[in-house]
Amino acid sequence: MLTLKQTRRVHSALIGLIAWAIALLLFFPIFWMVLTSFKTEIDAFASPPQFIFHPTLDNYLHIQERSGYLRFAWNSITIALGSTVLGLLFAIPAAYSMAFHPTHRTKGTLLWMLSTKMLPPVGVLVPIYLLAKQFGLLDSRIALIVIYTLINLPIMVWMIYTYFKDIPRDILEAARMDGASTLQEIVRVLLPISKGGIASTVLLSLILCWNEAFWSLNLTSSQAAPLTALIASYSSPEGLFWAKLSAVSTLACAPIVIFGWISQKQLVRGLSFGAVK
Amino acid sequence: MTTSTIKTATTPAPAQPRQRKRRIGPGWFLVSPSVALLLIWMIVPLGMTLYFSTIRYNLLYPGENEFVGLENFTFFLTDPGFFPGAINTLLLVGSVLFISVVLGVLISALLEAADFGGRGVVRVLLISPFFIMPTVSALVWKNLIFHPVSGILAAVWRFFGAQPVDWLAQHPLLSIIIIVSWQWLPFAILILMTAMQSLDQEQKEAARLDGAGPIAIFWHLTLPHLARPIAVVIMIETIFLLSLFAEIFTTTSGGPGYASTNLAYLIYNQALLQFDVGMASAGGLIAVVIANIAAIFLIRMIGKNLTDQ
Repeated sequence: MLTLKQTRRVHSALIGLIAWAIALLLFFPIFWMVLTSFKTEIDAFASPPQFIFHPTLDNYLHIQERSGYLRFAWNSITIALGSTVLGLLFAIPAAYSMAFHPTHRTKGTLLWMLSTKMLPPVGVLVPIYLLAKQFGLLDSRIALIVIYTLINLPIMVWMIYTYFKDIPRDILEAARMDGASTLQEIVRVLLPISKGGIASTVLLSLILCWNEAFWSLNLTSSQAAPLTALIASYSSPEGLFWAKLSAVSTLACAPIVIFGWISQKQLVRGLSFGAVK
Repeated sequence: MTTSTIKTATTPAPAQPRQRKRRIGPGWFLVSPSVALLLIWMIVPLGMTLYFSTIRYNLLYPGENEFVGLENFTFFLTDPGFFPGAINTLLLVGSVLFISVVLGVLISALLEAADFGGRGVVRVLLISPFFIMPTVSALVWKNLIFHPVSGILAAVWRFFGAQPVDWLAQHPLLSIIIIVSWQWLPFAILILMTAMQSLDQEQKEAARLDGAGPIAIFWHLTLPHLARPIAVVIMIETIFLLSLFAEIFTTTSGGPGYASTNLAYLIYNQALLQFDVGMASAGGLIAVVIANIAAIFLIRMIGKNLTDQ
């Protein structure tokens, strides 16, 4: 007969076992991708799959000369950073005014902003494509920066709004009494307090921009193509370079996955629009 | 609104309550750039789409842009791809939502049920797929997991003496549902797990002392507590799933036939592969209408929940 303590221990060991099994199962594709990136192409295609092999760094060394990896990576970085900065410039003032000077229309405006996200991108693909063509912005980073700013703006406003709303008004009131202008209020008082919130908004925006694949596949071809487009180019049936594909993919995903690991707690709050704290 | 502006403008050296009123000005001023941008973003392309949808406009045959009324709409609605596309869209959204919410609740409940070794690591492993680029996850699944010769699943099938399955050719929609669920289940876990941690432990303890079993506690305490996070998961996933594109683009290209074509991919196909702008625009508008029906429904359900805090 087991004591109560013992049953509980067996119980939690069992749960731990199941949880580990599920976690390993879900993580397996990523693990396998990273593993494959260290194989030779012959090992990568081998059947049955090889778990033990001579690791090689050749794939990583060859990526740059095969596809000009760095150019795509640079496009991804500039597009993500550009649209995040632009988005913050619009989102911070909007969130400030909604959080600290709400009117009877604030709620409606917030919901309306969110509803623009419901607009499926295919619905406006043709006009955006033609507009971009008209202005010579096809295959340019500027077009993607502007579009990403627009599609992420609602989420950024919401996210910053949920952080601002929790800041006691007294703090701003005090700054105002000292004669601070609105701009000073935001820059000197509000931003330092909400560093964490702004940081997680930036992070989320970077993740969304980095991984966005509809507009980047449709509006770029070579010059401005970010990593998503580079990787999609490997989807052709003749592309049996799986080890190299895995290496490119690993490089493309690693920064964002690590970002995500570090910031998971803040991300939850932002992603759930403050519904979960 | 106007009266208060006038009043405050003429009041010198305002006392504190007045000062707050004066601030209505900058408040309105600061929110308008975002609103204006989003308005333009919404109206200009939609207006153009609306216009294109009523003319004959094929990039391969320039100069014949006459008005055709609703012809494009009837063509799109009677296109052999429309019906499968609509059904596939619903199946995709519905099953991915179902899988991610149900499994998400179960897995996060499992994680909260006991304090076992390495819980932090398990958590990190579980949420990782969410951060993987859609094009990457589609290709990894296509080439390393689903591949009928050298994929992992083929090896597993062979191990049990079964004939390996060519997943993307034989079960294209199911395969895509698996890939997309793999991407979005971690998102549900991420949100729901954190939500569960905020559940009042004392309440749980009290219920336990009153003799409630774990299932009763889960049903009557945990699930109601999760209502709002679940609503958020449904809303965000629906937004992204309705316009799912990259995963189909990189794996099956909508085929074989229309077996894995959703509306987003069908419209893309019309516009950029067949150059039929008119018909693609009509399709785009239909997609917008469908999305709006979903949006109204979702905002009714969730919007109130989100703003009343």
